[in-house]
Amino acid sequence: MPRRQFLLLLLPAALFFSAFFLLPMARLFFIGASGESGWLAYLAIVTDANYFRALWTTLAVAAVTTVLTLAISSIAGVFLERHRFPGRAALVAAMTLPLAFPGVVVGFMVIMLAGRQGIIGEVFTMFGGERPIFAYSLAGLCMGYVYFSIPRTILTIMAAAEKLDPRLEEAARSFGATPWQVVRDVILPGLRPALISAGAICFATAVGAFGTAFTLATRIEVLPMVIYTEFTMSANIAMAAALSFSLGAVAWLALAVARSASGSTVAAAG
Amino acid sequence: MMQAVPIYLENCAKTFTDGTRALEPVDLAIAAGETLVLLGPSGCGKTTTLRLIAGLEQPDAGGRVLFGGEDVTALPIEKRNVGMVFQSYALFPNMTVAENIAYGLRLRRQSAAEQRARVGEMLALMRIERLADRSIDQLSGGQRQRVALARALAVRPRALLLDEPLTALDAKLRDTLRFEIDSLLRELGITAIYVTHDQAEAMALGDRIVVMDHGRIAQVGAPRDIYQRPASRYVAEFIGTMNRLSGHAEGEVFRCPGGYVVWPELPATAREILFRPEDTRIAAEGEAASLRGTVSAAFFCGDHVRLFVDVGEERPLVLETPARREYRHGETVALAVERHGLMVL
Repeated sequence: MPRRQFLLLLLPAALFFSAFFLLPMARLFFIGASGESGWLAYLAIVTDANYFRALWTTLAVAAVTTVLTLAISSIAGVFLERHRFPGRAALVAAMTLPLAFPGVVVGFMVIMLAGRQGIIGEVFTMFGGERPIFAYSLAGLCMGYVYFSIPRTILTIMAAAEKLDPRLEEAARSFGATPWQVVRDVILPGLRPALISAGAICFATAVGAFGTAFTLATRIEVLPMVIYTEFTMSANIAMAAALSFSLGAVAWLALAVARSASGSTVAAAG
Repeated sequence: MMQAVPIYLENCAKTFTDGTRALEPVDLAIAAGETLVLLGPSGCGKTTTLRLIAGLEQPDAGGRVLFGGEDVTALPIEKRNVGMVFQSYALFPNMTVAENIAYGLRLRRQSAAEQRARVGEMLALMRIERLADRSIDQLSGGQRQRVALARALAVRPRALLLDEPLTALDAKLRDTLRFEIDSLLRELGITAIYVTHDQAEAMALGDRIVVMDHGRIAQVGAPRDIYQRPASRYVAEFIGTMNRLSGHAEGEVFRCPGGYVVWPELPATAREILFRPEDTRIAAEGEAASLRGTVSAAFFCGDHVRLFVDVGEERPLVLETPARREYRHGETVALAVERHGLMVL
């Protein structure tokens, strides 16, 4: 490709990247250092106990969400890909519906399920049990995030499951592999690229999710909430900027580590 | 040597859940150590038969599959100890060549030393020692199929089941591997069932061939029997090329648009007679030329010419003739048919 044409075609991506990512991020980076504590604001996320706890909570919730989402999506995705039954299309459509919901709505649904008037509570009291309320706990937050993340992962996993060669499973079975060994040796390795990419998106989304946290995290400090509070309540714009930047960096780092730890993402070869 | 078992299919039919009948009730006896080829076009039931033997499908009620004296009908493939080789190789992409071959041994909880020894044996048997540590995506198609064979044989299966193992390979490699598989099966003396749609492959490899048609067995027999004494027109036309003349019998003479053929055993009711290209030749000079036609195509094949001669039939007659003489399109030729090759079906 001639050099001029190359540069010309690169232009849209470069413009987009500069306008919506590079310039705002650079600005944010410098705003972060514009407060009283200067560049030290960037260290606050590890030196300030409250911020540090919020960081850990955020990462832990995101990690648990990712694991749960991948587990549910893998089982459901492979099952839905392999079985044809009446209502299957409707079920797939319904499972991907939350894509269109704002996080606040997802949070509201968790409250309806596990809140003070929630359905789970109703069922428990009906059988004379105690009314469990976990909508506002870490469990409720995870539940909301999982609900939010499943549509994003299940389609990726279904697409990957479709490409799995059924002969590979038959070959494994011919050597006496049990169903669990088939999952371990054939299905999971075959789904691995999809699991890594879907898991990465799931993790990043959970780290940054705001709407659900806004509705549910009344007693839990997660970073997006902390940033919101710093920004609106305390008008501590520099701290909010520093935390935002750190949040982005930490999420990016976690993903980079996950990717390199899981090795190459080469798709399954025939 | 491997432990060779005979395999019996008794009254095995297969109807899929959507109601499609893939296989009509079939009885089949496969001798210990025999190589049996299931041959037919796609949809004839050959793969279904193989999958019934493998335990990947269950026969309809009333059908039985026996390995030696043992009824394995209810056993899934995991419990049958059969080796499988697929057209798509089905090698585990997340494992190296050696790990693939060791897979079955690992599931059998053999010690690392035992596994290593057996993998070494198998690599040597298939002459792929230098590939041991390669990953699967670094292998060519022929190498992959060798690995697949080594993997299937490593566990000393009771039977080796091959589902179109050469179909994905190019012609030259197919010839080489066909030869290798043939000597391998003979050397090992393992009971082998080989599915193919390629009649040349079937003829070369099979001790016996089962020709299948629409879920039924059309004929079972040694390659030579099937070729020389086909039981039906379907078999005759599926295996090799068959020339056909249509007309009627007048005593010992069969009259057709292109002339006549003399055949002492000619049935009086014959409406068509069949013969192979190798029993058809250009009439020698001075010989009574009973059939005449015009050359519609001549393909030069180096050592011979494949000639298509229009004798007024639906399809031209095919014959092979020495390449010494040149044939031109539209040229009139006189043909003779060897009597011993004539048949009616």
